[in-house]
Amino acid sequence: MLTNNFFSLEISVAEAEKRTGKNTVNMQEIYTVYLIETRPVDALTEGITPDSLWRRYSEFELLRNYLLVTYPFVVVAPLPEKRAEIVWHKLSADNMDPDFVERRRVGLENFLHRVASHPVLCNDNIFNIFLTEVNWKEMVYETGFQAKADSRLKAVNAAFRVKNPDGRFTELKHYSDELQTVLSQLLRVRARVADRLYGVYKVHGNYGRVFSEWSAIEKEMGDGLQSAGHHMDAYAASVDDILEEEEHYADQLKEYLFYTDALRAVCRKHELTQFELEMVALDLACKKQQKEELVTGTVRTFSLKGMTSKLFGQETAEQREAKLQVLEQQLKEGEEAVKEKNTESDEFVKTAWVDIERFKDQKDRDLKEALISYAVMQISMCKKGIQVWTNAKECFNKM
Amino acid sequence: MSAGTPKSLASSGQKPIQEICHPLGAEETASVLTPSPDVGNTITSIGGKTTRVEFDLPEYSVRRRYQDFDWLRTKLEDTQPTHLIPPLPEKFVMKGVVDRFSEEFVETRRKALDKFLKRVADHPVLSFNEHFNAFLSAKDLNKRLGLALLSKMGESVKYVTGGYKLRGRPVEFSAMGDYLDMFTQKLGTIDRIAQRIIKEQSEYQVELREYGPVYTTWALSEAELQGPLEGVASCMANCSSALDELTQDMSEDFLPVLREYVLYIESMKIVLKKRDNIQAEYEAKLEAAAFRKEEKASCTQVPTDVEKCHDRVECCNADLKSDWDRWQNNKRQDFRQLLTGMADHNIQYYEKCLAAWESVIPLLRDKQPQETETEED
Repeated sequence: MLTNNFFSLEISVAEAEKRTGKNTVNMQEIYTVYLIETRPVDALTEGITPDSLWRRYSEFELLRNYLLVTYPFVVVAPLPEKRAEIVWHKLSADNMDPDFVERRRVGLENFLHRVASHPVLCNDNIFNIFLTEVNWKEMVYETGFQAKADSRLKAVNAAFRVKNPDGRFTELKHYSDELQTVLSQLLRVRARVADRLYGVYKVHGNYGRVFSEWSAIEKEMGDGLQSAGHHMDAYAASVDDILEEEEHYADQLKEYLFYTDALRAVCRKHELTQFELEMVALDLACKKQQKEELVTGTVRTFSLKGMTSKLFGQETAEQREAKLQVLEQQLKEGEEAVKEKNTESDEFVKTAWVDIERFKDQKDRDLKEALISYAVMQISMCKKGIQVWTNAKECFNKM
Repeated sequence: MSAGTPKSLASSGQKPIQEICHPLGAEETASVLTPSPDVGNTITSIGGKTTRVEFDLPEYSVRRRYQDFDWLRTKLEDTQPTHLIPPLPEKFVMKGVVDRFSEEFVETRRKALDKFLKRVADHPVLSFNEHFNAFLSAKDLNKRLGLALLSKMGESVKYVTGGYKLRGRPVEFSAMGDYLDMFTQKLGTIDRIAQRIIKEQSEYQVELREYGPVYTTWALSEAELQGPLEGVASCMANCSSALDELTQDMSEDFLPVLREYVLYIESMKIVLKKRDNIQAEYEAKLEAAAFRKEEKASCTQVPTDVEKCHDRVECCNADLKSDWDRWQNNKRQDFRQLLTGMADHNIQYYEKCLAAWESVIPLLRDKQPQETETEED
């Protein structure tokens, strides 16, 4: 359980269970549900049973999508993997594997803690309902957030055509691409290293067996060999715990690998708002140009107006006056729109950048901690190795 | 007394073996790694010190080639047929598989030859052998070599390939044979395991060498994390080279000694076989004599040649038993040394890695590593 300054509830994802049921195409499926327990922070923790409800992974996804759409300026924490990827081969890639489910449980709890400790997100009503109300889905659909979501196509289009994005966001986009590349590579190589380390340790188990067999044909050497063999067996077995611990480090790296998507999402939102601003400003400039043409009577030769006036003749003074009035109205509306979009864009940049700074600090802290705990793990592994071989050496000396 | 003992032993007024603190320190002082112009063999220089009276000078330095060692061994086998002669490292190595001039190969061979001389020097009978004496001290061995080549197919062959059938081998010698068979098997298994470990460690190292640099690449995009990430990268480079040293040590120190023991076992088996043949010869002669005795009822004495054979058998058995005990003792010491050496190499590897990671911790924790007083252990 994690307590925090902003949020009033202690949250934990306590258990995972398998359920069977019918899915959307009416076929039997097995899925996992997770138990969310909450308890008020203020209440004395002894003797208070927490409130609890069960949630599926897909419900977490729904919550996250809601948060992404509703708070586009926030770098929203990622969910743990849906499917096990980048694992070293001894670790099962099966979604039903208990170790995978356990690690996912931890990841989901981590996600909820991230949201609960976020200065903006923690106050969200839907988030609170997710934790406490069984029928939360109705309420989240009622918000109509799905309609507010920007289409991916629109966002990509904007990314290509925006003229003056804020330089900081461009830089941030590059950074998140680089981080994604390097973390993917790191996780892949780490998995291969783990594989190899496993092999080295396990082969030593063969020494255990052969020393035992050999000791049977020896007289004075027998005892020493036999006990040395046991130490070799212990050495071979120790690698399982070592690698399980290291998996935790891999999960911490994975969280930040997935965070890069959230970073890019914020950058895309900025590009979209900036693009919309540019479009509106362009439209305004166009209208201004049209008004000028109308007023001064100049017509650009290769404009549609030029063409039509050549074909259908010049318009009358009344027609022109009518058009001018329409244009004035449009200009006023256009200026309003530009002002609005400008404000929107500025607001977004401001709030987004606050959250990005928050994220950067969090990232530096978390990853430093991850590296420290990784180093501590390595130190522990080395010490265990020294211990085992020292023990074995003592046995050899007694031979 | 075993056959072939140099006459000087009885007449020189030698102290009993036990009182000579170190019968002969046949120490290798240096290896001269100069290939000779024609065949390309390396020449070993041997420095010897001795307290023995029969040697002319207290110190020697001679140059010997592998074929000189081979000559010595053959001579020892011929002159001490009932004794266990220590083995030499393999004579022929396939060209292209092993580089005969590489430092590692020469060093491995030098160690094996050194061991051979030490074992001979430690042996209460072999160490007094005149050929051993000559080997250590004679300036020019080549003259003898010519004769040696001719007499290479010496008496030892007769004993190994004797055409007599053995009736009843004493249990203790059968037990020795069984033990040697099982022991050879175990050594083979250990050899395979050690090779497999070396292979796995090499593959592990390949991945490690790719792993570290990724942290360096990452450090390039970071600000606050740059120092810590580079620290981790250099730490991994240190671990990688420590692993390299471990693998090399195992290849150079462990495997060759293990393999050489297999040869030692082979030598022991040959001695057991020779003993069997001597006993078989005796049994055959005894049977023949008994048969003849039946015909000449008057003869009551056991013919002298049968008696000689009997003596030979007794002698051989006694020599073999004492050699066996010595061999067992040596084996125990040698393996104790070999295995504790293996443990030491591994301990050193882990200690190097430990030091590397412990030095990274302050770098990861604070900005200024010099400010930390103590690190958590």
